Amino acid sequence: MRVALFLTCVNDTLYPDTGRAVVKLLTRLGVEVDFPMAQTCCGQAHYNTGYRHEAEPLARHFAEVFGDYEAIVTPSGSCGAMVRELYPRMGERARAEGRGDTLAATLAPVVPKTYELTEFLVDVLGVTDVGAYYPHTVTYHPTCHGLRGLGLGERPTRLLRAVKGLELVELPGAEECCGFGGTFALKNADVSAAMGADKVRNAESTGAEVLCAADNSCLMHLGGTMTRLRTGMRPVHIAEILASTKEEPAV
Amino acid sequence: MSGTFVGMPAFPKAAHEAVHDRTLRGNLRHATHTIRGKRAKAVAELADWAELREAGKRIKDHTLRHLDRYLVQLEESVTAAGGTVHWAADADEANRIVADLVKETGESEVVKVKSMATQEIGLNEALEAEGIRAYETDLAELIVQLGKDRPSHILVPAIHRNRGEIREIFAREMSEWGRPAPDGLTDTPAELAEAARLHLREKFLRAKVGVSGANFMVAETGTLVVVESEGNGRMCLTLPETLISVVGIEKIVPTWQDLEVFLQTLPRSSTAERMNPYTSTWTGTTDEDGPRHFHLVLLDNGRTDTLADEVGRQALRCIRCSACLNVCPVYERAGGHAYGSVYPGPIGAILSPQLRGTASEIDASLPYASSLCGACYEVCPVAIDIPEVLVHLRERVVEGGPVTRAGNKVVLQPAKGHAAERAAMRAARWAFSRPGVLRTGQRLASRTRRIHPRTLPGPGRAWSGTRDLPPVPAEPFRDWWQRTQNAKGGAE
Repeated sequence: MRVALFLTCVNDTLYPDTGRAVVKLLTRLGVEVDFPMAQTCCGQAHYNTGYRHEAEPLARHFAEVFGDYEAIVTPSGSCGAMVRELYPRMGERARAEGRGDTLAATLAPVVPKTYELTEFLVDVLGVTDVGAYYPHTVTYHPTCHGLRGLGLGERPTRLLRAVKGLELVELPGAEECCGFGGTFALKNADVSAAMGADKVRNAESTGAEVLCAADNSCLMHLGGTMTRLRTGMRPVHIAEILASTKEEPAV
Repeated sequence: MSGTFVGMPAFPKAAHEAVHDRTLRGNLRHATHTIRGKRAKAVAELADWAELREAGKRIKDHTLRHLDRYLVQLEESVTAAGGTVHWAADADEANRIVADLVKETGESEVVKVKSMATQEIGLNEALEAEGIRAYETDLAELIVQLGKDRPSHILVPAIHRNRGEIREIFAREMSEWGRPAPDGLTDTPAELAEAARLHLREKFLRAKVGVSGANFMVAETGTLVVVESEGNGRMCLTLPETLISVVGIEKIVPTWQDLEVFLQTLPRSSTAERMNPYTSTWTGTTDEDGPRHFHLVLLDNGRTDTLADEVGRQALRCIRCSACLNVCPVYERAGGHAYGSVYPGPIGAILSPQLRGTASEIDASLPYASSLCGACYEVCPVAIDIPEVLVHLRERVVEGGPVTRAGNKVVLQPAKGHAAERAAMRAARWAFSRPGVLRTGQRLASRTRRIHPRTLPGPGRAWSGTRDLPPVPAEPFRDWWQRTQNAKGGAE
């Protein structure tokens, strides 16, 4: 199976380790991974800040770049939700504005074949034990757009439970937002920081070494809060845990 | 809306203080988490919750779609049952109608059932200006009124107060308004409730005019419905000689059968009860029982304008249960007052900028008072997609566009103060439309990473004031990919 890795602009620029982990993991599972070099950004930040019309060319670009692949896999719940939930809505809005079906028709092909990483593993590949080894105590934060947008449910924790050496501890208040929220983190910095600090304290209370999530934007906010609060915990993307093996452990 | 909220600063500024108020944070955290857990249990008891939610949504959408017809039907039913219907286009008109009706009775005081519509129009203040005193009789509204405070929650308007603060307010203020608090009042809930009961009893027995809102109005019979927990509503609705109800036009349901859905979803969503203790229904006037005179004031106040917007109109489905407030992480930390409206929390953030427009600083900031986490949508018993409306209203703020104001189509200009953001968004779109430009930017960031500051100046402090910046890697993923793929290609 040949799939396109939609890494997202944030991961491409700031978290290349997550990208390498996805490639390593999927290759290990027999999937042929391609990274279309023309990919940029799905337009989520534009859309959610109120710049839907600025997001439209980015969505069209996405559809052009990824349209020919069998499946599109992304290690980001929120960017995955952008394509799956909000691209159809962008099409509807364009139609309501009297601009016809062109946008909806352009975006439609990529919508059903875009998968968040844990969804792709569990639903498409049908695996929960990916042969990983990660000898650490981990607590998992289900990020909002993965949890409530895509409905990832138990998929991430089922994958984590199957990792050898990994001890999964429950995060109190797991389903509460971490406070990142894209431009919310800047526009309402006080509330965002208070939410982040509460999430970090909850994570700390578990005694885990690692706070795991399936979205690096949230982990960027939480990781930045952790070092500022000097907690000693580490934020790690789920792809890096699942890619880790005894022979090639994640650092 | 209520004059008490005029001139509020933008949400982030108003939230700043609340976030650092430890007592308030503690009160709100305790209260919202308690009710959040109870609601989840109460909802989980019903196997058909998803169907009830869908039915509630559909009944409301159908009614809103045919609101013109149902309003006329309601007017006919109420009139036939002996009531009088008044139409109020805005807050001023509604206040004037109520004040005139009270004056006609020759009375100078009214008892009130808890009502969001009368809060929205600032009725108490308007009556005060006419020499009429309005007594709030809901326990939490009484606390707010005695404390010269503002409500901070739809269902529990004094949620920001703890028992100790309430004891203080009762002991200090009750004597100003009527029967004083008993000597040696403690902060036990039973004693506080008893003090309120004694204080209110004389008001119920004396009042000749009652003022209420309504949770529902049944078009087919002209019946109004109030659901409540304390019984104060029942007293106000039955003892006075004249009853005046001020109700938003969106509160209609076509038939009694439709109530079946909401009388299940509303109590479970709001107080986490299977059934609320008191459900009062009345249809016009009845000989020898209850009020002799019944007036219904139908309030528009921005609702028709909201109805004209095809994305935003879903906010009119709201049944004021406040489940969205209780699960909202932003509400929990910013408190209700920061929303600058009698409608706080997620629903307030989409209602206020629609009912009032986005011209003021507070209203233009409300659509951003959310991390778009979606917890509100998940619990909403009428499936209002609050995040969708928030994003839609953000667009209205930054892009402007067509809206309806006072029944007229107008085109809004983009709001001021977003110029830098707009330029940044355009620049980002330009760069992201060109992979080469993105790559150049990434490489520049990687090559200069040793000289990146740990904290940012100016607006960047919004991030780095509380969070470290992520370190920039030595190379972006795409460079690694190209390097390794080329190497592979070469080997093959």
